[in-house]
Amino acid sequence: MLTIRRWVRITPTGAVIDGRPVHLEPTEDPLLVALYRQRVGSYPKFFKMDPLCRAGFIASELLIGEEPSRFTPRGDRAVVLFTHSGSFASDSHYERTICDRAEYYPSPAVFVYTLANILTGEIAIRNRYFGETSCYLLDRRETSVLAATTREAFLDEETHSVLCGWVDSPDPDCFEAVLFLVEESDEGPEWIDDNICKVMNDK
Amino acid sequence: MESALEHELIVREGDNIVSPLGLDTAATLRAVVAGESALRRYEGLWDLPEPFVASLLDFGAIDRALSARYGAERLAGYSEFERLSILSAACALDEAGIDPSSERVLFFLSTTKGNVALLETDNRYREEVLPDWSARRIASFFRNPNPAVVVSNACTSGLCAQIAAMRALWSGRCDRAVVIGADRQSRFIVSGFQSFKALSPEACRPFDRNRTGLNLGEAAATVIYARRRREEVTPQMWIACRGAIRNDANHISGPSRTGEGCYRALQAVLQGVDPGELAVVNVHGTATLYNDEMESIALDRAGLTGVPVNALKGYFGHTMGAAGVLESVLTMHALDEGLVLGTRGYAECGVSHPQSLTSRHVPTTRRAFVKMLSGFGGCNAALLFKRGGEIC
Repeated sequence: MLTIRRWVRITPTGAVIDGRPVHLEPTEDPLLVALYRQRVGSYPKFFKMDPLCRAGFIASELLIGEEPSRFTPRGDRAVVLFTHSGSFASDSHYERTICDRAEYYPSPAVFVYTLANILTGEIAIRNRYFGETSCYLLDRRETSVLAATTREAFLDEETHSVLCGWVDSPDPDCFEAVLFLVEESDEGPEWIDDNICKVMNDK
Repeated sequence: MESALEHELIVREGDNIVSPLGLDTAATLRAVVAGESALRRYEGLWDLPEPFVASLLDFGAIDRALSARYGAERLAGYSEFERLSILSAACALDEAGIDPSSERVLFFLSTTKGNVALLETDNRYREEVLPDWSARRIASFFRNPNPAVVVSNACTSGLCAQIAAMRALWSGRCDRAVVIGADRQSRFIVSGFQSFKALSPEACRPFDRNRTGLNLGEAAATVIYARRRREEVTPQMWIACRGAIRNDANHISGPSRTGEGCYRALQAVLQGVDPGELAVVNVHGTATLYNDEMESIALDRAGLTGVPVNALKGYFGHTMGAAGVLESVLTMHALDEGLVLGTRGYAECGVSHPQSLTSRHVPTTRRAFVKMLSGFGGCNAALLFKRGGEIC
Protein backbone atom coordinates (compact mmCIF):
# COMPACT_ATOMS: atom_id res chain seq x y z
CA MET A 1 0.00 0.00 0.00
CA LEU A 2 1.26 3.49 -0.83
CA THR A 3 1.07 5.72 2.20
CA ILE A 4 1.84 9.26 3.25
CA ARG A 5 4.90 8.87 5.50
CA ARG A 6 5.11 12.55 6.33
CA TRP A 7 3.64 15.80 5.04
CA VAL A 8 4.31 19.52 5.21
CA ARG A 9 2.09 22.46 4.42
CA ILE A 10 3.30 26.05 4.19
CA THR A 11 1.13 29.09 3.49
CA PRO A 12 1.86 32.76 4.31
CA THR A 13 0.23 32.20 7.72
CA GLY A 14 2.61 29.46 8.84
CA ALA A 15 4.06 25.99 8.41
CA VAL A 16 2.62 22.69 9.59
CA ILE A 17 4.38 19.30 9.71
CA ASP A 18 2.14 16.24 10.06
CA GLY A 19 -0.55 18.48 11.54
CA ARG A 20 1.75 20.14 14.10
CA PRO A 21 2.47 23.87 13.64
CA VAL A 22 6.15 24.80 13.29
CA HIS A 23 7.21 27.18 16.05
CA LEU A 24 9.36 30.16 15.01
CA GLU A 25 11.11 32.77 17.13
CA PRO A 26 9.71 36.27 16.55
CA THR A 27 11.45 37.97 13.60
CA GLU A 28 11.01 40.67 11.00
CA ASP A 29 11.88 38.19 8.25
CA PRO A 30 9.23 37.07 5.79
CA LEU A 31 8.01 33.54 6.64
CA LEU A 32 10.13 31.59 4.10
CA VAL A 33 13.29 33.49 5.06
CA ALA A 34 12.51 32.97 8.76
CA LEU A 35 12.04 29.24 8.16
CA TYR A 36 15.29 29.17 6.22
CA ARG A 37 17.25 30.95 8.96
CA GLN A 38 15.74 29.09 11.89
CA ARG A 39 15.18 25.62 10.45
CA VAL A 40 17.58 25.19 7.49
CA GLY A 41 20.60 27.51 7.21
CA SER A 42 23.99 27.19 5.50
CA TYR A 43 22.61 26.84 1.97
CA PRO A 44 23.01 30.36 0.52
CA LYS A 45 21.70 29.21 -2.88
CA PHE A 46 18.31 29.68 -1.23
CA PHE A 47 18.65 33.43 -1.67
CA LYS A 48 19.16 33.05 -5.44
CA MET A 49 15.94 31.09 -5.85
CA ASP A 50 12.74 32.53 -7.26
CA PRO A 51 9.50 32.56 -5.22
CA LEU A 52 8.30 29.16 -6.51
CA CYS A 53 11.60 27.44 -5.70
CA ARG A 54 11.87 29.09 -2.28
CA ALA A 55 8.46 27.78 -1.29
CA GLY A 56 9.13 24.26 -2.60
CA PHE A 57 12.67 24.13 -1.28
CA ILE A 58 11.73 25.17 2.28
CA ALA A 59 8.83 22.70 2.30
CA SER A 60 11.18 19.92 1.17
CA GLU A 61 13.64 20.82 3.93
CA LEU A 62 10.93 20.56 6.57
CA LEU A 63 9.76 17.29 5.02
CA ILE A 64 13.06 15.40 4.91
CA GLY A 65 15.52 17.56 6.87
CA GLU A 66 15.69 15.09 9.74
CA GLU A 67 16.02 11.97 7.64
CA PRO A 68 19.01 9.82 8.63
CA SER A 69 21.92 9.81 6.12
CA ARG A 70 20.00 12.27 4.03
CA PHE A 71 22.79 13.51 1.74
CA THR A 72 23.92 10.06 0.63
CA PRO A 73 23.41 10.01 -3.15
CA ARG A 74 20.40 7.92 -4.12
CA GLY A 75 18.47 7.04 -7.26
CA ASP A 76 15.41 5.46 -5.72
CA ARG A 77 13.55 8.63 -4.78
CA ALA A 78 11.64 10.64 -7.39
CA VAL A 79 10.62 14.27 -7.04
CA VAL A 80 7.22 14.82 -8.66
CA LEU A 81 5.70 18.26 -8.24
CA PHE A 82 2.53 19.94 -9.42
CA THR A 83 1.86 23.64 -9.83
CA HIS A 84 -0.68 25.90 -11.49
CA SER A 85 1.08 29.25 -11.80
CA GLY A 86 4.37 27.50 -12.49
CA SER A 87 7.14 29.95 -13.27
CA PHE A 88 4.78 32.94 -13.71
CA ALA A 89 6.50 35.06 -11.06
CA SER A 90 9.83 34.65 -12.85
CA ASP A 91 8.26 34.99 -16.30
CA SER A 92 6.84 38.33 -15.26
CA HIS A 93 10.13 39.39 -13.67
CA TYR A 94 12.10 38.39 -16.77
CA GLU A 95 9.63 40.16 -19.07
CA ARG A 96 10.29 43.39 -17.14
CA THR A 97 14.02 43.06 -17.96
CA ILE A 98 13.40 42.99 -21.72
CA CYS A 99 10.24 45.03 -22.31
CA ASP A 100 11.92 48.42 -22.36
CA ARG A 101 14.15 48.84 -25.42
CA ALA A 102 16.28 51.42 -23.64
CA GLU A 103 16.54 49.43 -20.40
CA TYR A 104 17.17 46.03 -21.99
CA TYR A 105 19.13 43.78 -19.64
CA PRO A 106 18.10 40.12 -20.06
CA SER A 107 19.60 38.18 -17.18
CA PRO A 108 20.46 34.47 -17.36
CA ALA A 109 20.02 34.25 -13.59
CA VAL A 110 16.39 35.32 -13.97
CA PHE A 111 15.74 33.48 -17.24
CA VAL A 112 16.70 30.07 -15.84
CA TYR A 113 13.85 30.32 -13.33
CA THR A 114 11.32 30.77 -16.13
CA LEU A 115 11.14 26.97 -16.21
CA ALA A 116 8.89 25.50 -13.54
CA ASN A 117 10.89 22.28 -13.28
CA ILE A 118 13.91 24.12 -11.85
CA LEU A 119 12.03 23.58 -8.60
CA THR A 120 12.44 19.81 -8.86
CA GLY A 121 16.09 20.27 -9.88
CA GLU A 122 16.85 22.42 -6.82
CA ILE A 123 15.54 19.67 -4.53
CA ALA A 124 17.44 16.95 -6.43
CA ILE A 125 20.69 18.95 -6.28
CA ARG A 126 20.37 19.74 -2.59
CA ASN A 127 19.68 16.13 -1.63
CA ARG A 128 21.82 14.32 -4.25
CA TYR A 129 18.83 12.59 -5.86
CA PHE A 130 19.68 10.99 -9.21
CA GLY A 131 16.19 9.58 -9.69
CA GLU A 132 13.29 10.95 -11.69
CA THR A 133 12.32 14.60 -11.43
CA SER A 134 9.00 15.60 -12.98
CA CYS A 135 6.96 18.78 -12.96
CA TYR A 136 3.35 19.06 -14.08
CA LEU A 137 1.07 22.06 -14.48
CA LEU A 138 -2.42 21.43 -13.25
CA ASP A 139 -5.56 23.05 -11.85
CA ARG A 140 -5.45 22.85 -8.05
CA ARG A 141 -8.81 21.10 -7.89
CA GLU A 142 -7.52 18.10 -9.88
CA THR A 143 -6.17 16.24 -6.89
CA SER A 144 -7.20 12.92 -8.46
CA VAL A 145 -4.71 13.56 -11.29
CA LEU A 146 -2.03 14.50 -8.76
CA ALA A 147 -2.76 11.27 -6.87
CA ALA A 148 -2.77 9.06 -9.97
CA THR A 149 0.33 10.60 -11.56
CA THR A 150 2.27 10.13 -8.33
CA ARG A 151 1.10 6.53 -8.05
CA GLU A 152 2.19 5.94 -11.65
CA ALA A 153 5.68 7.31 -10.88
CA PHE A 154 6.20 4.01 -9.01
CA LEU A 155 5.90 2.18 -12.36
CA ASP A 156 9.56 3.10 -12.82
CA GLU A 157 11.32 0.05 -11.35
CA GLU A 158 14.00 2.13 -9.66
CA THR A 159 11.55 4.42 -7.87
CA HIS A 160 10.63 3.30 -4.35
CA SER A 161 9.95 6.65 -2.72
CA VAL A 162 8.36 9.83 -4.09
CA LEU A 163 8.66 13.34 -2.74
CA CYS A 164 5.60 14.94 -4.28
CA GLY A 165 2.93 17.55 -3.90
CA TRP A 166 1.63 20.96 -4.73
CA VAL A 167 3.71 24.13 -4.96
CA ASP A 168 2.37 27.43 -6.22
CA SER A 169 3.60 30.99 -5.98
CA PRO A 170 2.12 33.44 -8.48
CA ASP A 171 3.98 36.24 -6.65
CA PRO A 172 6.45 36.41 -3.75
CA ASP A 173 3.79 37.20 -1.15
CA CYS A 174 1.33 34.57 -2.21
CA PHE A 175 2.52 30.99 -1.95
CA GLU A 176 1.43 27.53 -0.98
CA ALA A 177 3.47 24.35 -0.69
CA VAL A 178 1.98 21.03 0.35
CA LEU A 179 4.54 18.26 0.11
CA PHE A 180 4.21 14.57 0.85
CA LEU A 181 6.70 11.78 1.24
CA VAL A 182 4.97 8.76 -0.30
CA GLU A 183 6.27 5.22 0.02
CA GLU A 184 5.16 1.61 -0.01
CA SER A 185 4.42 1.03 3.68
CA ASP A 186 1.86 -0.18 6.20
CA GLU A 187 2.25 2.97 8.26
CA GLY A 188 0.59 6.32 7.64
CA PRO A 189 -2.57 7.41 5.84
CA GLU A 190 -3.15 5.69 2.50
CA TRP A 191 -2.21 7.67 -0.64
CA ILE A 192 -5.76 8.30 -1.81
CA ASP A 193 -7.73 11.38 -2.90
CA ASP A 194 -9.58 11.81 0.39
CA ASN A 195 -6.42 11.86 2.48
CA ILE A 196 -4.63 14.16 0.05
CA CYS A 197 -7.56 16.60 0.01
CA LYS A 198 -7.68 16.56 3.82
CA VAL A 199 -4.09 17.75 3.99
CA MET A 200 -4.32 20.19 1.10
CA ASN A 201 -7.52 21.84 2.28
CA ASP A 202 -6.91 21.76 6.04
CA LYS A 203 -7.47 25.33 7.27
CA MET B 1 3.22 -2.06 -8.22
CA GLU B 2 2.16 -4.33 -11.04
CA SER B 3 -1.03 -4.96 -12.91
CA ALA B 4 -2.09 -7.11 -15.87
CA LEU B 5 -2.07 -4.04 -18.10
CA GLU B 6 1.64 -3.52 -17.59
CA HIS B 7 2.29 -6.54 -19.75
CA GLU B 8 0.49 -4.90 -22.64
CA LEU B 9 2.34 -2.83 -25.19
CA ILE B 10 1.98 0.87 -25.92
CA VAL B 11 1.48 1.30 -29.66
CA ARG B 12 1.45 4.39 -31.84
CA GLU B 13 -1.93 4.90 -33.52
CA GLY B 14 -1.31 8.20 -35.23
CA ASP B 15 1.06 11.13 -35.40
CA ASN B 16 1.67 14.48 -36.94
CA ILE B 17 4.41 17.06 -37.34
CA VAL B 18 3.72 20.70 -38.15
CA SER B 19 7.08 22.29 -38.88
CA PRO B 20 8.45 25.07 -41.06
CA LEU B 21 9.52 22.27 -43.42
CA GLY B 22 5.99 20.93 -43.88
CA LEU B 23 2.49 20.91 -42.40
CA ASP B 24 2.45 17.17 -41.89
CA THR B 25 4.81 14.32 -41.05
CA ALA B 26 5.27 13.19 -44.67
CA ALA B 27 6.10 16.67 -45.98
CA THR B 28 8.52 17.30 -43.12
CA LEU B 29 10.24 13.96 -43.68
CA ARG B 30 10.48 14.57 -47.45
CA ALA B 31 12.18 17.92 -46.86
CA VAL B 32 14.58 16.43 -44.32
CA VAL B 33 15.45 13.53 -46.63
CA ALA B 34 16.09 16.11 -49.37
CA GLY B 35 18.54 17.80 -47.00
CA GLU B 36 16.55 21.02 -46.57
CA SER B 37 16.76 23.17 -43.49
CA ALA B 38 14.33 25.79 -42.20
CA LEU B 39 17.05 27.68 -40.36
CA ARG B 40 17.23 31.34 -41.45
CA ARG B 41 18.99 34.42 -40.18
CA TYR B 42 16.71 37.08 -38.65
CA GLU B 43 17.81 40.64 -38.12
CA GLY B 44 15.70 43.10 -36.15
CA LEU B 45 12.85 40.61 -35.72
CA TRP B 46 10.83 41.26 -32.53
CA ASP B 47 12.99 44.34 -32.10
CA LEU B 48 15.82 42.23 -30.70
CA PRO B 49 19.13 44.08 -30.66
CA GLU B 50 21.14 41.08 -31.91
CA PRO B 51 20.42 39.01 -35.03
CA PHE B 52 19.73 35.30 -34.60
CA VAL B 53 19.29 32.13 -36.64
CA ALA B 54 16.06 30.23 -36.11
CA SER B 55 13.47 27.99 -37.74
CA LEU B 56 10.15 29.86 -37.69
CA LEU B 57 6.67 28.92 -38.88
CA ASP B 58 4.63 30.71 -41.53
CA PHE B 59 1.52 31.26 -39.47
CA GLY B 60 -0.58 32.14 -42.51
CA ALA B 61 -0.22 28.58 -43.76
CA ILE B 62 -1.28 27.19 -40.40
CA ASP B 63 -4.37 29.38 -40.23
CA ARG B 64 -5.32 28.49 -43.81
CA ALA B 65 -5.10 24.80 -42.96
CA LEU B 66 -7.18 25.32 -39.83
CA SER B 67 -9.79 27.44 -41.63
CA ALA B 68 -10.16 24.85 -44.36
CA ARG B 69 -10.82 22.29 -41.69
CA TYR B 70 -12.99 24.14 -39.16
CA GLY B 71 -13.91 27.55 -40.61
CA ALA B 72 -12.29 30.70 -39.26
CA GLU B 73 -14.94 31.34 -36.58
CA ARG B 74 -14.23 28.25 -34.52
CA LEU B 75 -10.62 29.31 -34.02
CA ALA B 76 -11.44 32.83 -32.88
CA GLY B 77 -10.03 33.56 -29.43
CA TYR B 78 -7.35 30.85 -29.55
CA SER B 79 -3.74 32.03 -29.36
CA GLU B 80 -1.22 31.15 -32.06
CA PHE B 81 0.33 28.58 -29.74
CA GLU B 82 -3.06 26.97 -29.17
CA ARG B 83 -3.99 27.02 -32.88
CA LEU B 84 -0.69 25.38 -33.76
CA SER B 85 -1.29 22.66 -31.18
CA ILE B 86 -4.88 22.14 -32.36
CA LEU B 87 -3.82 21.70 -36.00
CA SER B 88 -1.21 19.12 -35.08
CA ALA B 89 -3.56 17.18 -32.79
CA ALA B 90 -6.38 17.27 -35.36
CA CYS B 91 -4.18 15.70 -38.06
CA ALA B 92 -2.95 12.98 -35.70
CA LEU B 93 -6.51 12.26 -34.54
CA ASP B 94 -7.55 11.85 -38.20
CA GLU B 95 -4.90 9.21 -38.70
CA ALA B 96 -5.71 7.40 -35.46
CA GLY B 97 -9.42 7.56 -36.24
CA ILE B 98 -10.40 7.85 -32.59
CA ASP B 99 -13.07 9.91 -30.89
CA PRO B 100 -11.28 12.58 -28.77
CA SER B 101 -14.49 13.36 -26.88
CA SER B 102 -14.38 9.96 -25.20
CA GLU B 103 -13.81 9.99 -21.45
CA ARG B 104 -11.28 7.18 -22.04
CA VAL B 105 -8.97 9.59 -23.89
CA LEU B 106 -6.44 11.77 -22.05
CA PHE B 107 -4.58 14.78 -23.44
CA PHE B 108 -0.97 15.56 -22.47
CA LEU B 109 0.63 18.84 -23.51
CA SER B 110 4.39 19.23 -23.63
CA THR B 111 5.49 22.83 -23.75
CA THR B 112 8.15 24.94 -22.15
CA LYS B 113 6.69 28.43 -22.56
CA GLY B 114 3.19 28.11 -24.08
CA ASN B 115 1.55 31.54 -24.30
CA VAL B 116 4.43 33.45 -22.71
CA ALA B 117 4.49 35.95 -25.62
CA LEU B 118 1.16 37.33 -24.29
CA LEU B 119 3.16 38.97 -21.47
CA GLU B 120 4.57 41.42 -24.01
CA THR B 121 1.25 43.25 -24.21
CA ASP B 122 0.15 42.73 -20.60
CA ASN B 123 2.57 41.49 -17.96
CA ARG B 124 -0.05 40.80 -15.28
CA TYR B 125 -1.17 37.48 -13.84
CA ARG B 126 -4.12 35.94 -15.64
CA GLU B 127 -5.21 32.43 -16.52
CA GLU B 128 -4.54 32.66 -20.26
CA VAL B 129 -0.80 33.11 -19.82
CA LEU B 130 -0.53 29.78 -17.94
CA PRO B 131 0.18 26.64 -20.02
CA ASP B 132 -2.42 24.77 -18.00
CA TRP B 133 -5.06 27.10 -19.45
CA SER B 134 -3.91 26.31 -23.00
CA ALA B 135 -4.00 22.58 -22.31
CA ARG B 136 -7.58 22.77 -21.08
CA ARG B 137 -8.59 24.93 -24.07
CA ILE B 138 -7.01 22.52 -26.53
CA ALA B 139 -8.60 19.45 -24.94
CA SER B 140 -12.00 21.13 -24.80
CA PHE B 141 -11.70 22.18 -28.45
CA PHE B 142 -11.85 18.44 -29.13
CA ARG B 143 -14.67 18.15 -26.55
CA ASN B 144 -12.52 15.97 -24.33
CA PRO B 145 -14.08 15.87 -20.84
CA ASN B 146 -10.90 15.12 -18.84
CA PRO B 147 -8.41 17.47 -17.17
CA ALA B 148 -5.47 17.89 -19.55
CA VAL B 149 -2.01 17.76 -18.01
CA VAL B 150 0.93 19.94 -18.96
CA VAL B 151 4.31 18.31 -18.63
CA SER B 152 6.80 21.05 -17.80
CA ASN B 153 10.22 19.45 -17.67
CA ALA B 154 12.08 22.02 -19.75
CA CYS B 155 13.64 20.62 -22.93
CA THR B 156 12.93 17.01 -21.91
CA SER B 157 9.17 17.64 -21.74
CA GLY B 158 8.40 15.92 -25.06
CA LEU B 159 9.80 12.62 -23.83
CA CYS B 160 8.46 13.05 -20.31
CA ALA B 161 4.95 13.63 -21.69
CA GLN B 162 5.18 10.39 -23.68
CA ILE B 163 6.38 8.57 -20.56
CA ALA B 164 3.50 10.04 -18.53
CA ALA B 165 1.08 8.91 -21.26
CA MET B 166 2.53 5.38 -21.28
CA ARG B 167 2.08 5.13 -17.52
CA ALA B 168 -1.52 6.39 -17.68
CA LEU B 169 -2.24 3.71 -20.28
CA TRP B 170 -0.53 0.99 -18.24
CA SER B 171 -2.40 1.96 -15.11
CA GLY B 172 -5.71 1.80 -17.01
CA ARG B 173 -6.49 5.48 -16.41
CA CYS B 174 -7.20 5.85 -20.13
CA ASP B 175 -7.37 3.75 -23.30
CA ARG B 176 -5.86 6.37 -25.59
CA ALA B 177 -3.40 9.16 -24.92
CA VAL B 178 -2.92 12.19 -27.16
CA VAL B 179 0.53 13.70 -26.58
CA ILE B 180 1.02 17.14 -28.10
CA GLY B 181 4.38 18.90 -28.03
CA ALA B 182 4.50 22.52 -29.12
CA ASP B 183 6.34 25.80 -28.66
CA ARG B 184 6.30 29.20 -30.33
CA GLN B 185 9.38 31.39 -30.42
CA SER B 186 9.30 34.96 -29.17
CA ARG B 187 11.35 37.89 -27.96
CA PHE B 188 11.12 36.35 -24.48
CA ILE B 189 12.73 33.04 -25.39
CA VAL B 190 15.31 34.27 -27.90
CA SER B 191 16.58 37.02 -25.57
CA GLY B 192 16.85 34.47 -22.75
CA PHE B 193 18.98 32.07 -24.78
CA GLN B 194 21.03 35.02 -26.03
CA SER B 195 21.64 36.05 -22.42
CA PHE B 196 23.01 32.55 -21.83
CA LYS B 197 25.26 32.98 -24.90
CA ALA B 198 23.81 29.67 -26.08
CA LEU B 199 22.80 30.68 -29.63
CA SER B 200 24.86 29.97 -32.72
CA PRO B 201 25.28 32.85 -35.19
CA GLU B 202 24.97 30.30 -38.04
CA ALA B 203 23.13 27.04 -38.70
CA CYS B 204 23.98 24.72 -35.81
CA ARG B 205 26.55 21.91 -36.09
CA PRO B 206 25.64 19.13 -33.64
CA PHE B 207 28.65 17.20 -32.26
CA ASP B 208 30.97 19.03 -34.68
CA ARG B 209 34.30 20.47 -33.59
CA ASN B 210 33.29 23.91 -34.88
CA ARG B 211 29.92 23.99 -33.16
CA THR B 212 29.12 27.29 -31.50
CA GLY B 213 25.66 26.84 -30.04
CA LEU B 214 22.04 26.07 -30.77
CA ASN B 215 19.30 27.52 -32.97
CA LEU B 216 15.76 27.87 -31.70
CA GLY B 217 12.84 26.51 -33.65
CA GLU B 218 9.08 26.43 -33.53
CA ALA B 219 6.93 23.43 -34.34
CA ALA B 220 4.20 21.20 -33.03
CA ALA B 221 4.05 17.43 -33.10
CA THR B 222 1.54 14.92 -31.82
CA VAL B 223 1.67 11.21 -31.17
CA ILE B 224 -1.31 9.11 -30.13
CA TYR B 225 -0.79 5.95 -28.11
CA ALA B 226 -3.03 3.02 -27.22
CA ARG B 227 -2.55 -0.18 -25.25
CA ARG B 228 -2.46 -3.50 -27.10
CA ARG B 229 -2.10 -7.12 -26.08
CA ARG B 230 1.10 -8.67 -27.41
CA GLU B 231 -0.74 -10.93 -29.86
CA GLU B 232 -2.51 -7.92 -31.39
CA VAL B 233 0.74 -6.22 -32.36
CA THR B 234 1.71 -6.40 -36.04
CA PRO B 235 5.27 -6.06 -37.37
CA GLN B 236 4.46 -2.58 -38.73
CA MET B 237 3.40 -1.09 -35.41
CA TRP B 238 5.70 1.19 -33.45
CA ILE B 239 5.92 0.41 -29.75
CA ALA B 240 7.00 2.85 -27.06
CA CYS B 241 8.73 0.24 -24.90
CA ARG B 242 10.31 1.86 -21.91
CA GLY B 243 11.14 5.37 -20.77
CA ALA B 244 13.13 6.86 -17.92
CA ILE B 245 13.69 10.31 -16.46
CA ARG B 246 16.79 10.93 -14.32
CA ASN B 247 18.38 13.98 -12.72
CA ASP B 248 22.05 15.00 -12.71
CA ALA B 249 21.72 16.37 -9.16
CA ASN B 250 24.44 18.75 -10.25
CA HIS B 251 23.44 22.19 -11.53
CA ILE B 252 20.21 23.95 -12.56
CA SER B 253 21.54 25.28 -15.86
CA GLY B 254 24.66 23.27 -16.73
CA PRO B 255 24.87 19.62 -17.74
CA SER B 256 26.77 17.15 -15.59
CA ARG B 257 30.43 16.65 -16.50
CA THR B 258 29.97 12.91 -16.13
CA GLY B 259 26.65 12.80 -17.97
CA GLU B 260 25.24 11.23 -14.83
CA GLY B 261 21.49 11.66 -15.32
CA CYS B 262 21.67 11.02 -19.04
CA TYR B 263 23.71 7.84 -18.47
CA ARG B 264 21.32 6.63 -15.80
CA ALA B 265 18.30 7.25 -18.07
CA LEU B 266 19.98 5.30 -20.88
CA GLN B 267 20.94 2.48 -18.54
CA ALA B 268 17.33 2.19 -17.34
CA VAL B 269 15.82 1.91 -20.84
CA LEU B 270 18.53 -0.36 -22.25
CA GLN B 271 18.12 -3.22 -19.75
CA GLY B 272 18.26 -6.43 -21.74
CA VAL B 273 18.79 -4.63 -25.05
CA ASP B 274 21.62 -5.63 -27.36
CA PRO B 275 23.03 -2.33 -28.70
CA GLY B 276 23.38 -4.14 -32.05
CA GLU B 277 19.59 -4.07 -32.33
CA LEU B 278 19.54 -0.27 -32.35
CA ALA B 279 19.27 1.45 -35.71
CA VAL B 280 20.17 4.76 -34.13
CA VAL B 281 20.40 6.74 -30.94
CA ASN B 282 18.68 10.03 -31.70
CA VAL B 283 20.44 12.37 -29.28
CA HIS B 284 19.41 15.82 -28.10
CA GLY B 285 22.39 17.26 -29.99
CA THR B 286 21.65 20.92 -29.46
CA ALA B 287 25.13 21.82 -30.72
CA THR B 288 26.07 23.70 -27.57
CA LEU B 289 29.59 22.81 -26.42
CA TYR B 290 28.44 21.38 -23.12
CA ASN B 291 25.36 19.44 -24.16
CA ASP B 292 26.97 17.46 -26.95
CA GLU B 293 30.09 16.74 -24.90
CA MET B 294 27.95 15.53 -22.01
CA GLU B 295 25.93 13.27 -24.31
CA SER B 296 29.08 11.75 -25.80
CA ILE B 297 30.23 10.83 -22.28
CA ALA B 298 26.85 9.34 -21.38
CA LEU B 299 26.71 7.31 -24.62
CA ASP B 300 30.17 5.97 -23.93
CA ARG B 301 29.34 5.05 -20.33
CA ALA B 302 26.17 3.31 -21.51
CA GLY B 303 28.19 1.13 -23.90
CA LEU B 304 26.61 2.68 -26.99
CA THR B 305 29.78 3.82 -28.74
CA GLY B 306 29.63 2.29 -32.20
CA VAL B 307 25.85 2.51 -32.49
CA PRO B 308 24.82 5.05 -35.16
CA VAL B 309 23.98 8.41 -33.59
CA ASN B 310 22.12 11.31 -35.14
CA ALA B 311 20.91 14.77 -34.16
CA LEU B 312 18.16 16.57 -36.06
CA LYS B 313 18.48 20.17 -34.86
CA GLY B 314 20.20 21.25 -38.12
CA TYR B 315 16.88 20.84 -39.98
CA PHE B 316 14.47 22.71 -37.72
CA GLY B 317 16.43 23.92 -34.70
CA HIS B 318 15.67 23.18 -31.08
CA THR B 319 11.89 23.09 -30.96
CA MET B 320 11.84 22.91 -27.15
CA GLY B 321 8.55 21.41 -25.92
CA ALA B 322 7.94 19.92 -29.37
CA ALA B 323 11.40 18.35 -29.71
CA GLY B 324 10.79 15.07 -27.91
CA VAL B 325 7.63 14.30 -29.85
CA LEU B 326 8.81 15.68 -33.20
CA GLU B 327 12.16 13.89 -33.19
CA SER B 328 10.65 10.59 -31.97
CA VAL B 329 7.97 10.67 -34.69
CA LEU B 330 10.38 11.71 -37.43
CA THR B 331 12.79 8.92 -36.48
CA MET B 332 9.99 6.33 -36.63
CA HIS B 333 9.00 7.48 -40.12
CA ALA B 334 12.59 7.62 -41.34
CA LEU B 335 13.18 4.05 -40.12
CA ASP B 336 9.95 3.02 -41.90
CA GLU B 337 11.74 4.25 -45.05
CA GLY B 338 14.83 2.27 -44.04
CA LEU B 339 16.87 5.39 -43.26
CA VAL B 340 18.95 6.69 -40.42
CA LEU B 341 18.75 10.44 -41.03
CA GLY B 342 22.02 12.31 -41.37
CA THR B 343 23.15 14.93 -38.89
CA ARG B 344 22.89 18.14 -40.90
CA GLY B 345 25.77 20.47 -40.02
CA TYR B 346 28.11 17.74 -38.79
CA ALA B 347 31.50 17.40 -40.45
CA GLU B 348 34.22 16.53 -37.93
CA CYS B 349 34.08 15.01 -34.47
CA GLY B 350 34.10 17.61 -31.72
CA VAL B 351 33.42 15.59 -28.58
CA SER B 352 35.79 13.73 -26.27
CA HIS B 353 34.10 10.36 -26.82
CA PRO B 354 33.74 10.04 -30.61
CA GLN B 355 30.42 8.67 -31.82
CA SER B 356 29.29 7.21 -35.10
CA LEU B 357 27.82 10.29 -36.82
CA THR B 358 27.56 11.35 -40.42
CA SER B 359 25.85 14.15 -42.30
CA ARG B 360 24.54 11.63 -44.86
CA HIS B 361 21.42 9.50 -44.54
CA VAL B 362 22.38 5.86 -44.10
CA PRO B 363 20.26 2.81 -44.99
CA THR B 364 19.30 0.45 -42.19
CA THR B 365 17.18 -2.62 -41.64
CA ARG B 366 17.14 -2.35 -37.86
CA ARG B 367 13.86 -1.63 -36.14
CA ALA B 368 14.66 -0.10 -32.76
CA PHE B 369 15.96 3.24 -31.56
CA VAL B 370 16.51 5.32 -28.47
CA LYS B 371 15.54 8.98 -28.20
CA MET B 372 17.42 11.14 -25.67
CA LEU B 373 16.85 14.62 -24.29
CA SER B 374 18.40 16.76 -21.59
CA GLY B 375 17.41 20.10 -20.17
CA PHE B 376 17.66 22.82 -17.55
CA GLY B 377 16.91 21.71 -14.03
CA GLY B 378 19.34 18.81 -14.53
CA CYS B 379 16.70 16.61 -16.10
CA ASN B 380 17.43 13.92 -18.66
CA ALA B 381 15.10 11.49 -20.40
CA ALA B 382 15.44 8.48 -22.66
CA LEU B 383 12.83 6.39 -24.42
CA LEU B 384 13.24 3.09 -26.26
CA PHE B 385 11.09 2.47 -29.34
CA LYS B 386 10.77 -0.71 -31.37
CA ARG B 387 8.77 -1.66 -34.43
CA GLY B 388 6.87 -4.92 -34.03
CA GLY B 389 6.17 -6.44 -30.66
CA GLU B 390 8.31 -9.51 -30.22
CA ILE B 391 11.41 -7.86 -28.86
CA CYS B 392 10.03 -5.28 -26.42
